[in-house]
Order: sequence, then structure tokens, then C-alpha cells
Amino acid sequence: MNFEYTFHWRPVMRKLPDLLEASLVTLQISVLSMIIGITLGMVLALLRMNGPKPLAWIASVWVETARNTPALFQLFFFSFGLGAFGMHLTPYLIVLFGLTFNNAGYLAENFRGGFQAVPDTQLRAARSLGMSAWQSYTRIIIPQVFRIVYHPMTNQLVWAVLMSSLAMIVGFRELAGETQALAFKTFRIFEYFAVAALIYYAMVKFILGISRLIAWRMFRY
Amino acid sequence: MIEIKGLHKYFGDLHVLKGIDLTVKKGEVLSIIGASGSGKSTLLYCINGLEAIQQGEVLVDGVSVHAKGTNLNQLRTKMGMVFQQFNSFPHLTALENVALAPKIVKGKSKAEAKEIARAQLQHVGLGDKFDSYPSALSGGQQQRLAIARALAMEPSYMLFDEATSALDPELVGEVLDTMRLLAEEGMTMICVTHEMGFARDVSDRVAFFHQGIMEEIGPPKQIFSEPKSEHTAKFLANVR
Amino acid sequence: MNEPISFFSGFGPKDLWFLAQAAWQTLLISALSISTGTLLGVFFGWILSESKIVGAITLGLILDAFRSIPLIIQLVLFYNLFNVLGLAISPFWAGVVILAVYTSALVANVARGGIEAVGAPMRRAGRSLGLSYVQTMQHVVWPIGLRAVFPSWVGVALGVLKDSALVSVLGHPELLKVARDLITRTQQPLLVLAVAGAFYFALSYPISRYAAHLERKWQS
Ligand SMILES: Nc1ncnc2c1ncn2[C@@H]1O[C@H](COP(=O)(O)OP(=O)(O)O)[C@@H](O)[C@H]1O
Ligand SMILES: [Mg+2]
Repeated sequence: MNFEYTFHWRPVMRKLPDLLEASLVTLQISVLSMIIGITLGMVLALLRMNGPKPLAWIASVWVETARNTPALFQLFFFSFGLGAFGMHLTPYLIVLFGLTFNNAGYLAENFRGGFQAVPDTQLRAARSLGMSAWQSYTRIIIPQVFRIVYHPMTNQLVWAVLMSSLAMIVGFRELAGETQALAFKTFRIFEYFAVAALIYYAMVKFILGISRLIAWRMFRY
Repeated sequence: MIEIKGLHKYFGDLHVLKGIDLTVKKGEVLSIIGASGSGKSTLLYCINGLEAIQQGEVLVDGVSVHAKGTNLNQLRTKMGMVFQQFNSFPHLTALENVALAPKIVKGKSKAEAKEIARAQLQHVGLGDKFDSYPSALSGGQQQRLAIARALAMEPSYMLFDEATSALDPELVGEVLDTMRLLAEEGMTMICVTHEMGFARDVSDRVAFFHQGIMEEIGPPKQIFSEPKSEHTAKFLANVR
Repeated sequence: MNEPISFFSGFGPKDLWFLAQAAWQTLLISALSISTGTLLGVFFGWILSESKIVGAITLGLILDAFRSIPLIIQLVLFYNLFNVLGLAISPFWAGVVILAVYTSALVANVARGGIEAVGAPMRRAGRSLGLSYVQTMQHVVWPIGLRAVFPSWVGVALGVLKDSALVSVLGHPELLKVARDLITRTQQPLLVLAVAGAFYFALSYPISRYAAHLERKWQS
């Protein structure tokens, strides 16, 4: 047994700037994967609800795979799986695609619920005013859907930040990856991961705070 | 002028409109009465091009609504429609509700659209509600908002589909008054309604629908006091 | 053995058996951590709902941290802590313990929501009928709250089932770890991933469907 372990925090503190920089990478990749994921999720939801058969089917496979397999499995698909086709993505792209795939799948279901919660008569009313289908959706339906899914969407962003830590398994150096690299170089594993945990906690709280602020500014009705 | 010729409408196998012929002239107020399910709403949707038709023709100012080349979005700006459900856009203020379509459909400037919206809201008696969201308005106010929103497109025709049916009884009056005001101003109106008082007092003609057929049409006096069809008589006896 | 043309070159029936065993490990880890985590979580949820202030600022904060830190970080962190403290614990049990605590943090939230969904008025009604606190809990809060939270609880359980894949970072041969090793050996990533994915799907999809079915039945 090994009771002699003494905690050394100073080396970790010296590397704190590196960890903070890596956490910016975490935020960046999470937010980017959300932005693309929201767009794709919207398309998937619409396709699943009233797309032509083959496309609706593809959308269903996407959504169900994203929701019924581990996120890590999805990352593996973008690393080993695509490798089978001779496509070797960089670790950054593996993580970005994996997160985006997952976000889009979960968000699609949220959006579908959102669309179903907006009464059909809203579309009729918009069309009766002479708005085109595109105008009706972008000006009337989708803003209401966003209001309905805002909360789940915030949760998904938090989830994306947490999920991005899987990057350490495919060798991308966002916060978790950087933490792992530094920790195993110095064998101060516990200390490094404890600090990383704190940073994640702070990031999540920061995101939730910002989202509450935005909701307060945006939803006046 | 709205002309409906030999109109047939099916929902799958369900024959909902069975050959409707009807002409509504400029300035006329037509009320449509009839039991629930007789096809009244569907007729309005067909006029507005919100539903496809299977046979016949609908002409609005000589333009065929369902013809292939018709620019429906443009044609719809000639027809304002008010629905039974309030249908105000919940994420927009009253002013924004009214100003949106003039701006994005008719291409008016922001300032112009707002000016129009203010005028129309005042017109329907909502001059003090510009910045209210629909959730803060009563049902009657929301229906008047819907009327203002339709009027802002400067339509030649107004189609009302049971605009007062979803309202609490004490709120019906204010909406009917607004509709009456429009009639007095000379608006051409087709009103599906269960308000027999309104049908009798305001309309030039009343049409009675029964199971997808226009059983009878005539001046309100005749329809209400000496209906020709026994179905009409029965219906009127029941609603009184 | 080297049969470069055969479809199953490298990946043989025996490997399918490996994956099935690994899937069993995944199921075992999940079942153990979900069951203990749920019991713990319901208890925590009850504390949170009963002692608003003290509960919220102590237990509430701790549980919130478990929900706000990536599971993979928690696994590495606590596994190392166990080692540092001299607790010789296998990756399997370390994974189960950490997942169970993580589950309890998620369930606590759900459970508190359920207890609060039943609402004070209904509980008062129960009490006014002469039911004791325990009886009110048993006959009013539990049955109503259960239906209210069941869908969210299933969501948590399915999430943990999938998150159990992360125990692979501790080196335990659960489904994804074995799949990854097989990929390295057989060089047939698509086939191995498809089989592993099918196992996850087979575990998760029926449960989510059945839950949706139950939810619909209860609503009507
Ligand atoms: N979208 C639709 N799909 C199928 N049937 C419909 C649809 N809309 C209306 N119907 C049917 O058409 C008939 C006429 O409906 P409607 O025009 O709404 O009647 P009214 O407005 O006179 O009450 C009813 O039997 C109704 O069930
Ligand atoms: Mg109707």
C-alpha cells in the first residue's frame, strides 16, 4: 500500500495558463459543434416530419444512432470507421464531427417536439397574409420553436462541453486532452484532473449564467 | 369580385363541397350559416388557396386561385382572413404582428409598415396596446388584432371564419362591432358565423350550407322569416 | 490464420463471442450502478425536497458538481484518488462506484422534481384525510410522482448505460474497449463498430421505445 503520496499543487498551478488556453479550445469546439448541430438538427427534424421517404429514413437512422449509442462510439466511427474508407480525419475534425453528429441527433428530437407544439393554425395565418412558406417558417414558426427548445438547447450545449472531454481518447488536446498529456508527463494525475474538474465546473456555470441572461433579454413574452 | 364555379372538394374519400356556385360582388357582405361540418370553413380555405380543389374554379378579381401559374402569395394579399382560433403571433408585439406582413410581403419600409400598423390598430380600437404581447390581450382584443393584421395588407376582401366562436360571451360584442364597422366602411366580406343577429342585421345576403351543398341563399329577411328549404328551417329553429 | 479475401478475415465467430461478453460487462456495470445510484438518488432527492436551505447548499452543491464535470474526468480523478488513498480497487468496481454516484446525482434532481410535482396542496390533502407522513408518501407522493418522473428516469438510465462506455478509460474490458482492441487486431473497423453499435442499440432502443409506450399509456 502506498500512503506516502503527497499532493503537489505548484507544478499544476504553473501549467494553469496552458489549461486555461485549452479550455478556450473546449469552448470553441463545443460552440461550433452546437452551431452546426442546430442547423443540421433543424434539417433532420423537418426531414423526419415531412421529407421524402428515403431522406426521412436517413434522418431517422441518424437521430436514433446518435441517441442510442455512446458518444464515444460515435467518435470511434469518425476515427476508425472513416479510416476504413481511407479517410483519416485530424483529431480536431474527429471531435468536431462526433460532437456535431451527436448534437444534431438530440436537437432534432427537441426541434420535432417544438414544431409539434406550435399549432398548425399559425402557419395558416401566416400564409393567409401572403407570406411565402420560407417567410412563414423563418418569421413565425421557427422563432416560436426556438423559444420552446431554448432550455433543452442550453442543456445540450452543456452536454457538448462535457462530451468534448472524450477528445482525450482520440488524442485531441482540448482541456481534457491537455490535462491528460500534462498529467501523465508529470505523474501528478490527481492534481491535474482535480484542477480540470474545477475548470469544467466553472465553464458549465458560466454557460448557464450567460444563457439565463440571454433568455431574460430575448424572451419578453 | 369573387366567383366560385362548380367547386368540388374532397378530403380523401370524403366529399366535403359538392358543387358550389357563388358570386360575391364588391361591397357585398355575405354571411354563411350552417351546421358544424357542413363545409363552411373549407370553402373559405379554398377561396384563399389554403386548400387544393378537385373540380371547378375560384376566381378572385378574374384571377383563378388554383391555376398553375397564379402567384398565390400575391393574390392572398387581396384577401384578409380571420380565423376562429386567435392566431396572433405570440412572439411579436401587437404592433409587430400587424407590421410584419406589410414589410416582408409588400416590401414597405420599416417606418411605413409601422405607420400602417399604428393606424390599423387604432382603427380596431387597440390604440393603447401597441407594445403589448398577445399573451397580455383578451380573446376579443386578440381577434381585433387579427382583424387589424389582415387590414394592414389593404385587402379588397375579408374572410371571417367564426371569428367569435372561441370567445367568452362578454367579448363577442366588441369583435362583432369591429366587423360591423368594416361593413359600414364598404368592405367586401364573407363571414362564416353562428351569430344570427349579425347575419340578419349586417349582411346583404345569407347562405345556408348543409352537408357540402349550398341549400339556399337570399336576403336575410327571406332566409330568416320564410326559408325555402326545410333544412334551413330546422337549423334556424335549433339555433334560436 | 491469414485469409485476405474472405469476408471474415480476422473477425471470426469467436470475436463475436468476445463482444457479447463485453456487452454483458457493459450491462452488468450499468445495472449495478443504475440500481444503487437510483436508490441513493431517490434518498438524496427526498433530502433536497425536505430541507430546502441546508439541503440545497450542501448536498445540492455537491450533486450539482457531479452533473457539471465530465464523467471521464471523474473516473480518472477518483480512480487515482482511490489509489492514492491505498484502496486497492479494481477498475470494474471503481467504475461501478463512480457511475453509481454520478447516477445518484442525476436521479436526485429527477426525484426532487417528482416530489415537488406532487405539490404541497396534494400532500396537505393527504394529511387532512388523516394519513400519516409515511402513508402520504406511500399512497400519494410515490404513485403520482413516479408517473411524473418515470420518463426522465428512463432517460437518465439510458444515459448511464451509454456513459458506462467510459469505464474503458480505466482499462476494464467493457464493450467499447473490447471493440477498440478488436479493431486494432482485425483491422476491420466497420464490421467491429457495426457489431458493437448493434449491441448498444439492442440494449437501449427497446427500453426507450417501451418507456415511450408506457408514457403514452399513462397519459390517456
Ligand atoms: N384537413 C382535413 N382533413 C380531412 N377532413 C377534413 C379536414 N378539414 C375538414 N375536414 C372535414 O370536412 C368536413 C367539413 O369541415 P369544415 O369545412 O371544417 O366544416 P364547418 O366549418 O362547416 O364546420 C368535416 O366533415 C370535416 O371533418
Ligand atoms: Mg368551421
